[in-house]
Amino acid sequence: MKGNILLEAQAISKSFLNPVKIDILKEVSFSLSRGEYASIIGRSGSGKSTLLYILSTMDTDFTGELLLDGISIRGKSEKELAAIRNEKIGFVFQFHYLLNEFTALKNVMLPGFKLDRLSEEELEHNAYEFLKDLGIEKLAHKMANQLSGGEKQRVAIARAMINDPLIIMCDEPTGNLDSKNADIVFNIFKELTEEYNKTLLVVTHDLDFAQKTQRIIELADGKVLRG
Amino acid sequence: MKIKHITEISGALMRARWKQTLVAAVGVTFSIAFFISLLGFMEGLNQLLDGIVLNRTPHVRLYNDILPSKIQPIDLTEDYKDHHNFISSLKPTNTRKEIYNAPQIIDKLNKDKRVIGVAPKITAQVFYNLGNIDLNGIINGVDPEKEAAFFSFNDYVFDGKPLDLKNVSNSIILGQGAADIMRAKVGDNITVTSTEGEQFSLKVIGFFQSGIAEIDKVQSFASLSTTQKILGENSNYISDIQIKLQDMTQAPAMAVEYENFFKIDAEDIQTANAQFETGSSVRSIISYAVGITLLIVSGFGIYNILNMLIYEKMDTIAILKATGFAGTDVKKIFISISLSIGIAGALAGILFGFYFQ
Repeated sequence: MKGNILLEAQAISKSFLNPVKIDILKEVSFSLSRGEYASIIGRSGSGKSTLLYILSTMDTDFTGELLLDGISIRGKSEKELAAIRNEKIGFVFQFHYLLNEFTALKNVMLPGFKLDRLSEEELEHNAYEFLKDLGIEKLAHKMANQLSGGEKQRVAIARAMINDPLIIMCDEPTGNLDSKNADIVFNIFKELTEEYNKTLLVVTHDLDFAQKTQRIIELADGKVLRG
Repeated sequence: MKIKHITEISGALMRARWKQTLVAAVGVTFSIAFFISLLGFMEGLNQLLDGIVLNRTPHVRLYNDILPSKIQPIDLTEDYKDHHNFISSLKPTNTRKEIYNAPQIIDKLNKDKRVIGVAPKITAQVFYNLGNIDLNGIINGVDPEKEAAFFSFNDYVFDGKPLDLKNVSNSIILGQGAADIMRAKVGDNITVTSTEGEQFSLKVIGFFQSGIAEIDKVQSFASLSTTQKILGENSNYISDIQIKLQDMTQAPAMAVEYENFFKIDAEDIQTANAQFETGSSVRSIISYAVGITLLIVSGFGIYNILNMLIYEKMDTIAILKATGFAGTDVKKIFISISLSIGIAGALAGILFGFYFQ
């Protein structure tokens, strides 16, 4: 555990009321420091995806407290939360979720358009650099639906990086990839933490993958077993 | 979020589904085109139907009505001033149908700036003699030039020149229905008997067809002087003054004005043809209702396609939201899609609509 605390979950609980009350998360508490590479594991139904949705501010219907970079997300408007996601959080999903109507480069630039801090030329330059770092600069001008799964996932990682976020959250980033591509993705993540000092939070059920991360948070029946 | 990027995203989404987009836009185009052409069609129909009657009707007609005197002797006596009176079996006074000082009135009207034209007219009750059968008829004595200029007389006369009424003495333009009964052809002479019992021989120079059979069976046209001869009146005799106004809607007010000014009876076109007013307004209401229905249908068309698009693009919306686009940004994107479909379709529809019209 090094550096200051970036993300802090305090007694987060969530339950669905339909048709009967089911507790998904029960008083989940943990904290993440800057530069940490952590994974959340657990069986399916253990609530790990739900937890990730809450941590990513996309779901605000929970009890407890969530501090991001020292700021509580309670009482923030939908617009403010969107701005937080845009600026501070990068996402990588299991299904690569690129916009098929755009080129790889445009997909990477998209969150930058929203942030609107850099000019379009600078943004394009940055996006191209990220693609270069990930070894797929040749694909920059291909449409997203012409890429392979591994390539898409790398484009998605570049997109997560474009606004220089504090934390990158991943939902089963290797769930859809073969072991070779999974290794590539793992190494990219490792590089991100080591070279760019990014914080990474990966939800996965791939134990091999999780073993290699610095820290494992294990969920079972909505409670933190280990972490 | 810059507008440029929003349009870029919505443009890409539309291009990805360009067939659906096109169908939606074509839907809007069709409905607006039909809306405009339908309105144009109904407008034209209104003008046509109104024209049939209104073209031939003066906006204000001055005449002497056959009415009981408005002031009865009992109203003049001081003794019964505060009493009510009941008079039964009241009969009209023996008013002459002639308009007094007709040339002066026409002169005065011609100077009125609100008046386009004035045409004098005489109506004469006659019998068309057909062997030993007599047919009822009305001969309208008209000035063919003025009648043509202000009341589209020429449109209703065929097989002859209306101006011949003036050039050929004792000539008549016979109503089509009457001519059919009499088997009269152009150039034939027919005999009419006036109500005074005098017989006249008139030369048929053309036929008149208004499109209303009842009128065509009875009405015929002759020159003013011919009609005066039939009636046995002098050359100043005029029974009707027909006035065409610049603005038809002023007719009721001006009829009252003339009535008071000339001490004469005046009838405006709205009173004379109230049923046509109702007819045209009902037709307009129907056409607007149908048109608006078309527009609503096309609106639902856009809504439907947008709904499908949003359903299909759930993933895209999720990804946009996850990467930090606020709900308002996503809304802007989809609203800009529907707006551009709507506006493009509407513009094309307006072009097509005016083309069809």
